Amino acid sequence: MESLDEIKARIEDAVPGAKIDIVPNPGPANQPSLLIDNEHAPAIAQFLRDDPALRFDFCSNVTGVDWLDRTVKKTVKVKKLIDGEEKEVTETTEEHFPGYLEAVYHLYSMTHKQGPVIIRMRTADRVAGARLPSLTSIWRSAELQEREIFDLYGIRFEGHPDLRRILMWDEFVDHPMRKDYREPDDYEYEPTPHDDVLEKAKQHYAPRPQLDGAEQITAKL
Amino acid sequence: MSEIDEALRNELQRQGVWVTSMQELYNWGRKNSIWPLQFGLACCAIEMIATAASRYDIARFGGEVFRPSPRQADLMIVAGTVTKKMAPQIVRLYNQMPDPKYVISMGACAISGGPFKQGYNVLKGIDRYIPVDVYIPGCPPRPEALLHAFMELQRKIDSQKLTGASRAEHLDPAEPSEFPVPSFGEHDLEPPANRDVFHPAKIERQS
Repeated sequence: MESLDEIKARIEDAVPGAKIDIVPNPGPANQPSLLIDNEHAPAIAQFLRDDPALRFDFCSNVTGVDWLDRTVKKTVKVKKLIDGEEKEVTETTEEHFPGYLEAVYHLYSMTHKQGPVIIRMRTADRVAGARLPSLTSIWRSAELQEREIFDLYGIRFEGHPDLRRILMWDEFVDHPMRKDYREPDDYEYEPTPHDDVLEKAKQHYAPRPQLDGAEQITAKL
Repeated sequence: MSEIDEALRNELQRQGVWVTSMQELYNWGRKNSIWPLQFGLACCAIEMIATAASRYDIARFGGEVFRPSPRQADLMIVAGTVTKKMAPQIVRLYNQMPDPKYVISMGACAISGGPFKQGYNVLKGIDRYIPVDVYIPGCPPRPEALLHAFMELQRKIDSQKLTGASRAEHLDPAEPSEFPVPSFGEHDLEPPANRDVFHPAKIERQS
């Protein structure tokens, strides 16, 4: 299979104006992916599917990722002139990255027995109506999985033929796989709680009965 | 209805006279023809099917007639994980069953949610909405465990009184035989539990 850099270069040739980044994956899997821009996503997907050398005709998996807002603190040692004397001062800078939602597609080629190539799309922000283009028209197998992402992460896929909730009921308003999802508090009966559940179960504990001294008499006997 | 003395009855039987009571005869017939409702929810249902098949053979206890309609069923075996989306349908099926009716909560999921207890989509036990007669722990319980629960239920039916203050629930007009079906809310089922049915044990601990 062509390397990801070659695929990226060929897409940029074939789809004018397409902006593609390679997202490295420094983990043991070492599976870098292509971050494609939302505007040209359908054209890029079409190219990946129909190019005779690539033919990624099988979209095996579509999933979502929730990235929260994050602040990165950097401490840098800087030499400064203070009172005519050069001193080393540590400066802390804070950089704020706004959060976003991501849809990840795993593509394989049945024709050439190759893959996977992973493509990602990112929303601008994490609001409930965050939008991405649907790739269901390119890979039919994405239909149910995009519905699942819509249900659990709240990404609206534009151009999807039937965007409804798939796992939760229609009246449900939350998106349970979001990292800031808070489940309803039904921890009133937890016989063996621990960790997070223990903290939630403590809210429901009945206070111990008032001690009247009788228990000390029993202890002496 | 006066109870016959146990020793006298044994003595009569030895002499070839068989004495019984209406209640005994009635319960004897009921306990040996418990027809379960034919529905399964998860892997526990596979064990339930195995129990009904020839190796374990629930027919030995008169429970082989799995009915595909709640109108003809006496027993609901809640076999598997009850998701919140499924819970209203289960309560509705229970309501459609005629009295007397019994419920076996089979496996960890039906009892409490089991391994999915902290999930966002799983009901933490079917006893939040309908009364349960026998609980079987296990994940999934073996067919022997289901047979044991079945025999426990038979024992319960056998001990039910037909008259008097302590008579069976289905003979008491004051006892409800239908329970409100929960509706789909914006964050959870509404209500999250039927407080008339669901009485969890109070755990006394220092908060």
